[in-house]
Amino acid sequence: MEERLNIQQKVLSENDRLAAEVRSRLHELRVLTLNLVSSPGSGKTSLLERTMRDIGNTVRIAVVAGDVQTENDARRITRAGGTVVRPIITNGKCHLDARMVLDVVANIDLHEADLLFIENVGNLVCPSSYDLGEDMKVVLISTTEGDDKPLKYPGMFRRSSAMVINKTDLLGLSDFDLQAVTRNALSINGRLHIMSLSCRTGDGLDNWYAWLRDRVDAKKRGEPVIDEHAG
Amino acid sequence: MHELSIAKSIVDSVLASVAERPSAAIASVHLRIGELTDIAADALEFGFSVLSRGTRLEHTTLRIESVPIVTRCNACRQTFTVEDYLFVCPACNSGDLHMLHGDELEIDHVILNEPDHPDTNHPRK
Repeated sequence: MEERLNIQQKVLSENDRLAAEVRSRLHELRVLTLNLVSSPGSGKTSLLERTMRDIGNTVRIAVVAGDVQTENDARRITRAGGTVVRPIITNGKCHLDARMVLDVVANIDLHEADLLFIENVGNLVCPSSYDLGEDMKVVLISTTEGDDKPLKYPGMFRRSSAMVINKTDLLGLSDFDLQAVTRNALSINGRLHIMSLSCRTGDGLDNWYAWLRDRVDAKKRGEPVIDEHAG
Repeated sequence: MHELSIAKSIVDSVLASVAERPSAAIASVHLRIGELTDIAADALEFGFSVLSRGTRLEHTTLRIESVPIVTRCNACRQTFTVEDYLFVCPACNSGDLHMLHGDELEIDHVILNEPDHPDTNHPRK
């Protein structure tokens, strides 16, 4: 006899539960948490190194650096002056999940931190499904990539709240069109906050730091860090 | 290839859900997957077939219902289906949209086949 058994359960409900735990811990500590996502090679680690060097003395920054293999990224950020930097090696997994982040967050002292970066594995597909308990996703794209990337990976750009365009010093050396990437990104997500910069020359970094400080301050005051309607 | 992780979650969840029905065969598992989830159906089916081997789900069919992206415009309140990932309101051109559907990644239901005489203690195939 055939019978229907209703389940109606989210596949990632366990991940979502753990992400909620991460979120509640970090919210209690008023630590702004950004999940940094991009393709491999867009410059996530470079951006974190540079940010740590430039504003690390006034904004207390912690970093959880995800990597498929090696602790190289975490080492680079530590060398740039990071004191609370922890690696997560996924051993081949293409994304971080909330359990990995919770394991780390539960074991570091974040009382002295203002800002936590979670550097995700370089991949624009898989990490988009996994909530890590962040306040928002920040997607990074560089001028050596195609300016149609937002159209190719709509899920990630839709779920992100900000987009950073890196390597502006190389504009003009490839066919990357700043206006086209902006138009493409906004067609996926009209509320995306877009910043462009170069970690190498420092161009545009002031804008990025001002944006970070605003968000850190809002978090400290217990105010929303992204627009209500985003997402 | 996060479909393997997703498939593992599906196998675990379904096995837990049917644990109280040990005599039933599980004919099919029905999923609802939103268009914005970046899940490749064939990769998910492959992962499911590999991970269900040796479990009660070994001969179970995976059925995937694709859920279109539906949003409501925060400016003019119009509700519409998003085509080709163009998140712009067709009525007022606003990009300020609230997603109602398209993010789903859910196990909706399973179809069980209970033997005709569930009271008799016969072995499960």
